[in-house]
Amino acid sequence: MTPMVDLFSLLLIFFVLTASFRPTEAKMVTTPSSVSEKQAPDKNIMTIYIDSAGQVFFNIDNGKDSTTHFREDILKQMGERYKITFTPKEITTFGNLSSFGMPLKDLKAWINAKDSKEKEKLQTGIPTDSIDNQLGYWIYYSRITNPAAEVALKGDGNANYMVVKKVMDLLQENKVNKFNLVTNMQKEEVKLSDLPK
Amino acid sequence: MAEIAQEEHGKKGGKRKAKKHSTSIDMTPMVDLMCLLITFFMLTTAFAKAKVMVITMPEKNKDQKEEKQPEISAFRTMNILLTGDDKVYYYIGIADPKKPPLPALVKTDFSKDGIRKVLLGKNKDLFTKIAEYRDLRLTGKLIVADTTADNEIKRMKKEDKEGPIVLIKADDKAKYKDIVNIIDEMAICNIASYVVVDMSPVEKTMLTTAPK
Repeated sequence: MTPMVDLFSLLLIFFVLTASFRPTEAKMVTTPSSVSEKQAPDKNIMTIYIDSAGQVFFNIDNGKDSTTHFREDILKQMGERYKITFTPKEITTFGNLSSFGMPLKDLKAWINAKDSKEKEKLQTGIPTDSIDNQLGYWIYYSRITNPAAEVALKGDGNANYMVVKKVMDLLQENKVNKFNLVTNMQKEEVKLSDLPK
Repeated sequence: MAEIAQEEHGKKGGKRKAKKHSTSIDMTPMVDLMCLLITFFMLTTAFAKAKVMVITMPEKNKDQKEEKQPEISAFRTMNILLTGDDKVYYYIGIADPKKPPLPALVKTDFSKDGIRKVLLGKNKDLFTKIAEYRDLRLTGKLIVADTTADNEIKRMKKEDKEGPIVLIKADDKAKYKDIVNIIDEMAICNIASYVVVDMSPVEKTMLTTAPK
């Protein structure tokens, strides 16, 4: 028994120390693969998810330490812009949540939703069309609140390129020209001998 | 529980029987708890951090449109057109409706003998240079820091005057994975200069008559 307990304690300590929790994602996204070995930064990152149906979801973190509350600040500004008042409790709750994708009028319901099933139902994608360009404002206020944030695009391989392009254009309007495309790593090597003659 | 009951019994019986207590404790609940915790942590931990491919897009500067663009030689320009279904079309040179004939589209795909072969053929010099440099490092003949090596490769790419200048264009039928695949091919083939741009109307008409 004792060796087993020893082993378990070791494993447990290992997992506790190395744990970095998987953020909950709005929709399952299957990323395409590439040879890139660069790691995504884990703080100060704005992530835009695009699923295979072309729906867009958004996520931004709270910054490097616990003194900054970027999410809360962004939500306040979004609320002001769209004349929706969020209670302080809702703002704090939103600060601790992760990726979301719905028109701003549904955001209140999403924050207050009790269980994850209810939350999932509300994830219908952020409007990106030119009449009601909410994603543009999310990006704009995120850029203003945290200019240091890098942008990661996590698109589904089967998403239409036009949707991705629209998102990229929106980002470029907000002076983001460098994108981190999230991919699966897949080794691929070409040797000198493979060169065509 | 059984042990505690025994103890009480012993107390009642007086001090005569100074019973030797066992030093071992029941560890089963602790093990149960640890099993649960380990399972929990194993399932929630994200081990592999996401990998990213960095791409820099040309800045959209509307004011400077009139400024003269640097001339690039037509035979170095390679246009890759993506239109979904894993189809890749490419042509060399510039498609200008004012200066017919239009260049012919060549159809290929994302396989090893497809677009990669074409790109490698075009980029032979630079690719050989970089591959030889990497080999030197791998075999230990040249010992330099990673950053130095990266800078050296960057310098080689910058000085390259022979390799193709690739313009990647996708139409509305293209999927996101096509773009990622083609940029990935650029990285594999060590292409020095490539850019993702919009497709021109001429190219769209060219695609309609392209070999299926």
